[in-house]
Parts: sequence; structure tokens; C-alpha cells
Amino acid sequence: MPLDIYLNVAVSGLLTGLVYGLMALGLSVIFGVVRVVNFAHGEMMTIAMYLAILAFATLGLDPLVMMVPIAGVLFALGYVMQAGMINPFINRPEHAQFILLVAVAIIMVNVLLLIFGPDARNVQTGYSFDSFAFGRIIVDATKVYAGAAAIVVAAALFAFFRFSFVGKAIRACADNYTGALVVGLDVKRLYALTFGLGAACVGAAGSMLVLIIDVTPALGPAYTLLAFVIVITGGLGSMGGALLGGVLIGVTEAMAGLLFTPSAKSMFAFAILVLVLLFRPQGLMGKRAS
Amino acid sequence: MRELLAGVPGRGLALIAALLAGLLAAPFFANDYLITVLILILYFAYAGQAWNIMMGFAGQLSLGHALYVGLGAYTTAALYVHFGVAPWIGLLAALPIAMTAGAIIGFLAFRFGVAGVYFAILTIAFAEFARIGFDHLSYVGGSGGFFLPVAQYAENDLWNLRGKPVMFYYLMLALTVAAFLVCHALLRSRIGYYWLAIREDEEAARALGIDTFRYKMLAVVISAGMTSLAGVFFAFYYNNLFPEQVFHISRSIELILAPIIGGIGTLFGPILGAFLLTGLSEGVTESLHALGFEIPGAKQVFYGICLLVVVMALPDGIWPWLARRLGLERRS
Amino acid sequence: MIRHRISRRSLLAGTAVTATMLAAPAIVRGQGSALKVGVLLPRSGAQAGIGQDCHRGVEIAGPILKDLGLPDLQIMSADTETNVEVARARAEKLIADGAQLLVGAFDSGQSTAIAQVAEQKGIPYVINIAAAPAITEQGYKFVFRNFPTAPMILGDAFANQKEIFTAAGKDPKTVVFLHVNDTFGTAMQKGIGAVLPKFNMPYTIKETIAYDPTARDLSVEVAKAKATGADALLVVSRLNDAILLTRELIKQRWSPMGVLSMGPGWYEDQYIKTLGKMSDGPLSFVPWYDPNKKLSKALEGALAKKYPEIALNTNHIYTFEALLVAADAYKRAASTDPKALADAIRTTDIKDNVSTGPGISFNAKGQNDKLKNAAIQNRGGKLVTVAPKGATNATAEWPMKPYDKRG
Repeated sequence: MPLDIYLNVAVSGLLTGLVYGLMALGLSVIFGVVRVVNFAHGEMMTIAMYLAILAFATLGLDPLVMMVPIAGVLFALGYVMQAGMINPFINRPEHAQFILLVAVAIIMVNVLLLIFGPDARNVQTGYSFDSFAFGRIIVDATKVYAGAAAIVVAAALFAFFRFSFVGKAIRACADNYTGALVVGLDVKRLYALTFGLGAACVGAAGSMLVLIIDVTPALGPAYTLLAFVIVITGGLGSMGGALLGGVLIGVTEAMAGLLFTPSAKSMFAFAILVLVLLFRPQGLMGKRAS
Repeated sequence: MRELLAGVPGRGLALIAALLAGLLAAPFFANDYLITVLILILYFAYAGQAWNIMMGFAGQLSLGHALYVGLGAYTTAALYVHFGVAPWIGLLAALPIAMTAGAIIGFLAFRFGVAGVYFAILTIAFAEFARIGFDHLSYVGGSGGFFLPVAQYAENDLWNLRGKPVMFYYLMLALTVAAFLVCHALLRSRIGYYWLAIREDEEAARALGIDTFRYKMLAVVISAGMTSLAGVFFAFYYNNLFPEQVFHISRSIELILAPIIGGIGTLFGPILGAFLLTGLSEGVTESLHALGFEIPGAKQVFYGICLLVVVMALPDGIWPWLARRLGLERRS
Repeated sequence: MIRHRISRRSLLAGTAVTATMLAAPAIVRGQGSALKVGVLLPRSGAQAGIGQDCHRGVEIAGPILKDLGLPDLQIMSADTETNVEVARARAEKLIADGAQLLVGAFDSGQSTAIAQVAEQKGIPYVINIAAAPAITEQGYKFVFRNFPTAPMILGDAFANQKEIFTAAGKDPKTVVFLHVNDTFGTAMQKGIGAVLPKFNMPYTIKETIAYDPTARDLSVEVAKAKATGADALLVVSRLNDAILLTRELIKQRWSPMGVLSMGPGWYEDQYIKTLGKMSDGPLSFVPWYDPNKKLSKALEGALAKKYPEIALNTNHIYTFEALLVAADAYKRAASTDPKALADAIRTTDIKDNVSTGPGISFNAKGQNDKLKNAAIQNRGGKLVTVAPKGATNATAEWPMKPYDKRG
């Protein structure tokens, strides 16, 4: 095989990985603070994807433009979910949280089926078929835009947690729940904010992914699982880790598809996950939990 | 038997007896549809009971139990199809395979300190790994599916598990009762107390001198072995296996809904949960149908809402609440 | 939302068949009353799209069967939720509710589960779509399949390809075979090894690339295929991956001589709607309808009336034909007795049908082995039939117009 195919595939895997990373970032933020595993993550992304399709079909708005308002809508959804439903479950065992969110996921998938029907939907933008050629390397234009947007969103989120007061307060909650209560932080509200932020991330990721893949109501569960693999690989709760995990999984799957059979490529993602769990359970960039 | 049922109040015994009598007699008055639904219920009750050993007793959350179902199913089916080995003999291979898989996962997880959510994800990873792996295993048909020959149902052949649904019904009933008794015995044994101690506080259990690694391993291995038996039933009852169907994470989730809704760590929880959930699912389908409301997806929405309501209102499951109501709490 | 409202309303107010179904009183059985047909389809879950599409074939069947002078069918619908267990339970329920014949269920796994129930109850079961050869190799007495098996599809595909290549005077020397690694995909992949050598094809398969049915991204697959330097692309896919593959072909700037598809996806409405002018060109070698048959026109017309945006396809055709088999057998059996019905189906000889080939009849195994498959091509957003000779309405465009020359 010629050398440039490796480069082509690696670049493609890297860009896809960035978008996956952004989606997983939301999961990481939520778990890192609220300590609840969002088993409806992929389904929430599917909702965002359908919102992007609605906006495009009715108003002709480009998904990259709609990224911000859709992130806003998902923020509201996440906030309400946490405030109205998940907060009482914070101190309940994991399996109870799990079932709660699985129930939410089942409802989301099937409400989408009721509203939009089972057929795959997508958006067809002016740049859908574009690609850039750098010598013999051909890069998918849509993936470049989406990957760049992923980096921007991740940077904005990072800045928020690092510099804003609310962001610092949320981090305080994550580091020390009791301590945060003691100093008088409204933990429940901060949790709702966090869940909203995580949902906003997945909203942004969804409106970007719409450019790359077609959406069906049944798409959610596979992405929930993918987000898990990425986040655990990168380190639950670590923002850089989520992006790194996304890229690592993206490139690994692409390379495995090239070198072995593509139908088995997700096996390699799971193999990485298992290795990370065993040898670096905190993830590649995570801190060891106490 | 006396020993086994010690500590169960009289009303509880009466309830068990009535339930068992009803189930034993069911084929004499129920139509085939009802039998099919009862088989499903018993299947979920049995598999839920097996899962419950790991989660409900020893506190290890597995979200990948479809792995053991699949290993049991594929091993016995492959031996039967390729070598004509009867499933009960095939079990001698299937059980060790499933238990070894459980032991490997358990060993890796417990030795490397993978716990809680991380452990759950690890179990998913192994099940998914198996799913894709079996997709490529052409010896058992790969993703094209593995078909068992379906002979005429002239008579029931319990040895080769070829026969009418009623045979499978009694088989599943026997398995469910056996699982119940085994779990009951385990819970009342020293192992059971150790498990509960680990579930409640692993650090404290270790401080008390319990070899937590050993007992957690035991829970995983027993649970895996029992679950693989459900797989044998699955293979010979449905007569076709597809990795996408058998190992998929949605199967794992399906298996654990009953014990969680019924009441985790209880003996009646998985059984009650299986009855309620399968009943609910069929009931909703039928009532929507009766209302002329045939929109695909509506049923699942309703089902999801019911799950949500139950888990929000009764976080410990329905059985503990029901038992209190009926005055059936254990004396021990 | 809108589409759903339409389908709902039409379901309620539509055919006489559905009206009787919703009234659903216990109709006295026997001659003169409608035959109760249980239709099992995966209308939710992973295969919801296909299941609901198949159901359209059910919705338009009533008046057409009536026009043919066939007796009424009382349709009892059930959703298998794309799940083997549910499929089995639903089949039992339909029979308990009085279904005298079953039809369904698109998928091989679900169809196998239903077949066992039907066989054990002695209720005839007509499979609409399912290509795994194993189903009719089990020695069933009550199971019938009016759909080609994978080897049948392949055989016709190669014959039709040769016909097209010869007519155009251009042979591809090499192809790369891309297939989805699911039930249908592997059945086809396994079949190719046995069937291909018999046809003395002008091309050799340079490489076989399998990909996961849940693939999110097919850029690697296409990059790999492109790197083989093959002349054409041989493919077995489904809808979503067909769209993904096409986009990647364009983005990676690879225009093979053509796309030779031997499965769903490339001819579907959604594919054409999504890709616009980029959807033109692929050839699909699939179970199809003969556009020159009288009944095909009736079916096309009925579908166009009810769903103006949807073109007639395999899903509608074979689901409709399953009902046609049922109604025809009921007429000849003059009884709802399952044994009599099964005997009548066994002696089915329908010449006036829709699908390509001489008509509908079943061999001893319950398989319609006379079925022929057509070659269709996407042209200007429409589908034309280009092979086999005698059942066409256009000639093939081969090689297809390169993607980068479409402005």
C-alpha cells in the first residue's frame, strides 16, 4: 500500500476523533463533577442532531451556525434533567442511577421515532462533498470545520472552568462535595449547571456530527458507548483527556481498519479501553481518585 | 428443605406455594401465547437471579452479562450442530468456558482495583469485544447467524432439548426454582454473609479478615456459570443465534432490569420484576392495540415512563416495599 | 410528524381491509368471511425504517386484491420491535387471537423465530423478505418464501452484469468487494465464492473489505478500496452506509467505472433524496418488479396515490406479494383451515404478479425458486430497469458518469 494512504487515514481519524472527543467531553464534565454516569448521552446527542436538521430544513440555517443555539437548548434540557430528576439520585447507588438514565434513554429514542419516523435524516450543505487536497493527501472539508469547532468549544469550556467564578465553584464541588456545602455553595444548582454544560457540549457535538453522519432515532446507544470508551480512556473528569481519548480512539479505529479488517475495528477501541482500565484506571490524563 | 426455608414467615411460604402451584398448573389452562410469555418471564427471572448474585449479593455491578448468555448459547449450540453433542453434555464445556471468562474479568478487575462504574464499563467492554469477535467467527456462522436444525415437534426430547414450548416452560420453571433455592442457600451460608459484608463496606469486610478478592471472584464465577445456563436455553429454544442479538449491550440491560425493578439483593425481586416488566410490556402492547393506537414506538415510550416512575418512587425496588406492605419481612 | 399523520389517517380511513380490522369483531369463520392474516414487521427498533416501509405494501394491498377478484384479508398487524423474542411472542399472540396465516418479518432471525411457531401450530407462514438460505432448508411444512436466497440473488446479479457489460462493450477487469458484516452481507459474501466461478466473469475480485453494520465513518474503507486501484466497486450494503460510501467516494475523489450493488441502499428513496444528482449511476442487482407487468402498474399507481413521494421498491413488492399468495390460496382452498391453506399455497401458480420472473410457485421446500432478479439504475432521480432482457424499460449507462463531471 502506498504511504500516503496511511497519512490520509490518520488525518481523517484525527479529525473524526476530535468531534467524538467533544461529544465525550460532555460526559466527562458531568461525571467529573456530579459523579453520575449519563447513560442517555448518545440519545441527547441525537436530539441535538434532529434539532440541527429541523433548523436546516425549515430555516435553511447551517448546522455550524446553529451550534450555539442548539447548545443552549441542550443546556436547558440538561439543567432541567438534573434539577428535576437526577439530583435526588446523587447519593443513590450506581445501578439506580443507571436504570434512571436508561429509562430516559428509552423514552428519548422512541419519542424521536414517534416524531421523526425511522428514516435517516441529514443535511446537505454546499460544502457536503468538498475536500481539500494537499499534494496526495485529501482532507474532508466538513471534518476540518467540525474538528476546528470542537477545539474552539473545548477551549471555551476550559476557559470557563479555569477563570469564571461559577466554573471555579463547580470545580470546588467536584473536588470536595462536603467542603463546598460548608462554604455555602448551592451544590444542587451547581450540579444542574454542570449537567447543563455537559449537555451543551453534546449539543454542539451533535450539530457538528450531523454534517458527517446521518441520524436515525436508534443512533443514540452506540454513541453513548463510544463516549464511555473515549472518556475512560482519556480520564473521567479530565477535559484534555476527553479530547485526547477521542483522537486516540479515532486514529486507532482508522488504522485498525486499514491494517486489519474494518468490520473489527471497534474491537481495538475496546482493547485499548481494557488496557487503560487495567494499567491506568484513572485514564491517560486523569488524576487518581481518592 | 426445612433448613432451606428457615426464616421465611408462614405467609411467605404460603405465597411461594401458591405461586409454584399456579405455575406448575399453568400449561393445563393457559394458551400457547400465555406459555410463551411465561417462558420469557421465567427466563428473565432466572437470568436476573443469576445476575443478582454478583450485584445484589456481592455488590459488583455487571453490565455485560450478555457475554455469559452468549458463551453458553454458542458453546452448546456449536457442539450440538458440529458434533451432535447433547446440550446437557455440552454444558460440561459451556459452564467452564463461561466461568473462566467470568474469572478472567473478575481477576483483572479485582487485582487491578477496577471498581464501581469502571468495573461496569469493563464488563461492557468484554461483552462488546465478544460481540465483534463472534461476528468474525465463521465456525459458528459469524454475523450471518448460527442456525440449529429444527426437527418436527413430534415428541419432546429433553435430552437433546428438542420439543414443544411446554417442555421449555417446565425446564425454565425448574431452573428458576433451582436458582431461587441455590441463592437462598448461598445467602444463608457463610459465603452469603461475607458477600453482604463486602457489598455494604468492602474496606470494613477486609479489616474483619474476609478475603474479599476470593469471595468477589466466587460471586462472579457462580453468576457467570448460572447465566450461561440461560444461554443454553436461549439457543435451543430460539434455534438461531446472531452475535448482534445475543451479545448486544441492550441484551445485558434487558437482563438486569427485572432484578433492579423487583428489588436488588432480594430473592423475590428478580422474579417479581420479571413478572411485572414482561407483563407490563405485553399489557401495554395489548392495550394500545385495543385502543386502535398502533404507532410504533408508543409502547416503548410508555414502558420507559413506567420504569422511570418506579425507579424514582421506589429506589430499592418493588419487592422490599411490597414485602413491608404484606408483612412478609424476613425475621432473620 | 406530517408523514406520520398521513399514515395514521390512511390507516384508519384507508382500505376496507383495515376498516374491518379496526372493527375487529369475532367474524364467523369459513367461506365468505375475510381470512385473518397476521402481519409481523419490525416497525420499531433498529430496523424500524424497513419495517415501516414494508408496511406500506400492506396498506395498499386491499383494493388491488379486490380488483383481482380475490377474497378479503383481515390484516392483524404486530410490531416485532426488531427483537427475536418479541417476534416469537407476537406470533403466538396473533395465532391466539385467531390469525389463520402469518406474513413477515423482513429479517432472517425474526423470521426463523416466527417460522418455528407457525410450524408447530400448523399455521401457514409466508415470508415476505429474508435471504438467509437456512430458513427453507429446515424441512418446514408450513413455511413459504417468495424471496430469493443469497445464491439466487448472486447468480442473477452476475448474469445481468455480464449482459450489461457486453451491451456497453466495456468490461471492468478488477473489482473491489465492500460488504456490510451483517446477516445479509455475510450470506452474500459466502455465496460469492461458490457462485462467481460458474459465471466466467470478466473481472476478478482484488480485495474483499467487510465493515461493521453500525459503522459511523467509512472513510478508511473507501480509502482502502481506492488504494486497490480496482476498476469498479462491488458492494452489499444498507441505506445509511450506501450514503456514507457515496459521500466518501466523492470526497476522496474516486470515480470507479461504476457501483455494482447487490443489496438495498443504493436505489432507495432516501438515497436519491439525500444525494441529489450524485445519486445517479449506481446499478443495483436486486429482487425487483417487472415494470411491464400489469399488476406492477396497479401497485405503482396505488403507492403513488397514497405516498406520492415514495417510489415502489422491493419492500413494498414482496410484502404485497406475500399477501397476494395468501389471498390466492384462500380463494382456491375455499376454507380457513390451515392445512387446506398450506396445501393451496403449495400448489400456488400465480402468473399475474409483480416481481421479475415467470411468477409465483413454490418448490418442495417452500421456496419460490423461479424468482428472477433485475438490474436497476438510478437515472435523473428515478429508477429504471436495465436487465434482464425482456423486463426492462431502459438501457444501462455504463460506465457511469464520473462524480467530478456532474457540475
